[in-house]
Amino acid sequence: MKTTKLLMSMVIATTLFFVGCKPNDAAIQAAIQAKEAAGITVAVAKGEVTLTGEVDDEATKAKAEEIAKAEKGVKAVINNLTVKPADVPVIIAEDSTLIKNVADATKDFPTVKAEVKDGVILLTGEIKKASLITLMQHLSALKPKKIDNKLTVK
Amino acid sequence: MALSDKYKALTDAATAAGIADLAVREQDGILYIDGTAADGATKDHLWEVYNQIDPNFTSGDLVLNVNVAIDAAVTHAKVITESSNLNIRKGPGTDQPIVGKAAHGEVITLVNRSNDLWWLVRTNDGEEGYCYAQYLEAQA
Repeated sequence: MKTTKLLMSMVIATTLFFVGCKPNDAAIQAAIQAKEAAGITVAVAKGEVTLTGEVDDEATKAKAEEIAKAEKGVKAVINNLTVKPADVPVIIAEDSTLIKNVADATKDFPTVKAEVKDGVILLTGEIKKASLITLMQHLSALKPKKIDNKLTVK
Repeated sequence: MALSDKYKALTDAATAAGIADLAVREQDGILYIDGTAADGATKDHLWEVYNQIDPNFTSGDLVLNVNVAIDAAVTHAKVITESSNLNIRKGPGTDQPIVGKAAHGEVITLVNRSNDLWWLVRTNDGEEGYCYAQYLEAQA
């Protein structure tokens, strides 16, 4: 009798021990998902966590992994998060540089008058249709804010 | 209509043409498209598409800055002025004195392209100076 009781309690203890050590995947998934930022998808299989989705930067990616690792019952974290490519900023030339470069670019178009103010190139005068595309190509390479084309096309 | 929709045909053409480092973004009501084309024909094609969407480029809502990629190994360039000679200057700028001329269609030696707008060149006569890069076409 005593032996049976002891065995029974051992079985219960062992079961509790394993259950305690192994929260099920669904519970882990829910716990981590609740802590992660929006846009991150958490999947759990046998205590192994996989993170997918797109985040803004590397720091957010690393933080998401830490959150998952800190969760009880997690054996490993596979971090498949991707970082959004940063937008290349629009570079606009300084007026002093732009004025000089516009003068160079328009030199061969004597019927064109160009003024530069706050990054905007204002074009007045007239131009042949065939030359317009060349002029616009030259000016667009100079990093203006805007090309305000008021040219009369002949 | 959003600018990205207005110029969709252009950005689609740029993607289809395999423009490298293609960046398209809108800022203060102007769309900026930057990138590098494999050759001059690709760049010209994009400008034709642009001209179809905005005839004669009068809207002022797009800055299309697509340059032509140049292989570092390229050592010669052809003068692609409309018909006239190309001035060779002492320094980079039209305010610099003219030190020589290259004929329309002439192929000259490229010495240095570190300045995007003005390339240092040498003619077959040995004259050395700066030419406006837009009038030079790198020779493969």
